[in-house]
Amino acid sequence: MRAGEGEDAQPLALITETAHGPRLAAVNAAAFDAGARSGAMLADARALCPELAVRPHDPAGDLAFLEALALWAQRWGPWSALDPPDGLLVDVTGAAHLFGGEAALLDDALRRLAARGLAARAALAPTAGAAWALAHYGPEGAILHPGDSLDQLPVAALRLDPATTLVLRRLGLKRIGDLTGIARPALARRFRSARAPAANPLVRLDQLLGRVPEPVLPVRGVEVPLVQRRLMEPIRHRPLLDRVLADLCADMARLLEGLGQGGRRFELALWKVDGQVLRRQLELAAASRDAAHIAGLFGRKLDDLDAGFGIELARLSAPWCQPLPLSQADLEAAAEVRGTSLAACIDRLSVRLGPQAVRRPVPRASHIPERAQLWVPPLDLPAAGQEELAFHARPLKLLDRAEPIAVLYASPDGLPRRFRWRGAVHEVARAEGPERIAPEWWRERSTARLRDYYRIEDGEGRRYWIYRAGIAGDGRGGTPEWFLQGLCA
Amino acid sequence: MTVPTPLSAFARRPALPQRRRLPSAVEAARWRPGLADAALHGEVFAPAGEASGAALALALALDRLRSAAPDPAADVPDERPWLWVQDAQALRLGGRPYRPGLPRALRHRLIHVAAASPEEALFALEEGLRCRDLAFVIGEMAGDPRALDFTATRRLSLMAERHGVPLWLVRLAARPGLSSARLRWQARAAPSLPGPWNPQAPGHPAWLAELFRARAHPPGEWILRDDGHVLAAGPAHPGDLVPPAGDRPLAAG
Repeated sequence: MRAGEGEDAQPLALITETAHGPRLAAVNAAAFDAGARSGAMLADARALCPELAVRPHDPAGDLAFLEALALWAQRWGPWSALDPPDGLLVDVTGAAHLFGGEAALLDDALRRLAARGLAARAALAPTAGAAWALAHYGPEGAILHPGDSLDQLPVAALRLDPATTLVLRRLGLKRIGDLTGIARPALARRFRSARAPAANPLVRLDQLLGRVPEPVLPVRGVEVPLVQRRLMEPIRHRPLLDRVLADLCADMARLLEGLGQGGRRFELALWKVDGQVLRRQLELAAASRDAAHIAGLFGRKLDDLDAGFGIELARLSAPWCQPLPLSQADLEAAAEVRGTSLAACIDRLSVRLGPQAVRRPVPRASHIPERAQLWVPPLDLPAAGQEELAFHARPLKLLDRAEPIAVLYASPDGLPRRFRWRGAVHEVARAEGPERIAPEWWRERSTARLRDYYRIEDGEGRRYWIYRAGIAGDGRGGTPEWFLQGLCA
Repeated sequence: MTVPTPLSAFARRPALPQRRRLPSAVEAARWRPGLADAALHGEVFAPAGEASGAALALALALDRLRSAAPDPAADVPDERPWLWVQDAQALRLGGRPYRPGLPRALRHRLIHVAAASPEEALFALEEGLRCRDLAFVIGEMAGDPRALDFTATRRLSLMAERHGVPLWLVRLAARPGLSSARLRWQARAAPSLPGPWNPQAPGHPAWLAELFRARAHPPGEWILRDDGHVLAAGPAHPGDLVPPAGDRPLAAG
């Protein structure tokens, strides 16, 4: 679709949801002509332009597109950087002659961007700041030559934040030339507390003129390791596919070894003769490039494969890699031969039982017992946390859901004497408590009740962890209920 | 009401053993804590409504780790992870491991596997035993599943012995059928000693453990206590010796 045609001929706006209702994030030319402005509330814009059509705004998608575009823009220079939300910076130092001069390079860029349906403005200057100023506020396709002046551009071309621009406008400084007309110490004194470059016009001015360096973060394309096999004859049988898979894994292992990487996630795509693509994904607990291991894990995922009329192309890629240096084999060969490694063991378990079945508990900052532990994948590095308190006696096992029990106790808050759980009556011989755990008011509703925990032992020596939810007369419900939550060692 | 012990009971007791007497062959073979023998596959039968089975298995595993001779070549302490496999029924009956309540030396090394069926639990146990980086494996299965027959236990025994990874299989509410486990225990909770700071509180855990089948040891019955540092075995029925009452009323037992 070309600009101004089809759907774009009608007023259209992208909206974001804010606390005060939908707000316009961007508008097209038709909507702009009708009076809609980005930043306005949708209700206000609708009042001006009732036929305004809206679509949701997708900033993450825009950023992803900008990243892809930045990589593509490296055709004009060795590196490029993002200037969110809508700008790109390409270093073309010493590269313009490849395109027949600077003007031809800008022409080429504008033509190729227009061919992709992008409305773009471009400028070329010795510093990033000057190029930004010209692209945003200068003439179309401007090229800054030595001796040219930027004094006529507005101060907003200095990449300042709105508050600083407002200050400068109130001071009567409307153009960059006005700033150079003022004594430097006066400006430095006025903005001495502004450390961020976007809030300090002097820093921005120096960057514009190239007096101070301005480091930018270039984007770098990472190539996904990928191997594929085109098959002469479509294959329909499992043994042949296993053979192809083993070959692919061996190729991938060689490729990853050359890169010094190990794969965490692998994707296998199989193209069938009728154009359908079968995909299988595999995630490992630790980076690996062991061909036999990867092939074995994929093998279990291929059992339900329907090859149809045959598979003619198989491709294996590793979208998530981690550095895995070459390592020296163990001095004692026996240690390597005997048994499997932990990562391989966990991979096999999680491929067969599911990734949610193999996990490791880590502490979490919470007073509520069932919330105080978090289940994470087994080989993740533990987050730094506070050590748990040593004087709390906690049960060995916790029921997934605390089970209600009927308890005989000295009301309102005495020790439990006898309770019935799962149909059996337990006499309480020893009890310790209560340990009162208040609800986490910053996380729970105001009607959540406190818990009084008791560590008890019954007449036969069985030890449990029970609690009374609430206390009589706390105004958060009727008679307190009792629950059995944990089984002590 | 405690019945006073007749004086004749003391007369029936055997004479106290002589200090210098050499232990007989039977006594030397008796199981005792700290005995790091070659039996790598143990089974603990326990009721479902208490955590004594898993707790005893953990205590035995810890006892084995403590008594193992340290590797002279190792420059770091043994921090290998350990595996706890539960099938769905055991998970429902006995709950999930709770990290703050695990022994301090073990809590950061746990890897937990929640298997949906006994077959998957057996698969996970076997994979765990095959792994050289695990310190030990604990399995917890409820009832008498068809998959856990003599062949399955034999596979587990062989795998544990081939790779040298100890396994304790906790059987909740199960009948002791045919099994090739080298040490078979019947465990249930026993009343604990009064707590060190609060005599009304439950103290260090204690279990009444009966070793009813073992290859190298005669059967026996003990009260095992783990105070966090060492596993201690006491006589199973200390009927002759009434524990000191302390402040507690005699009627409370």
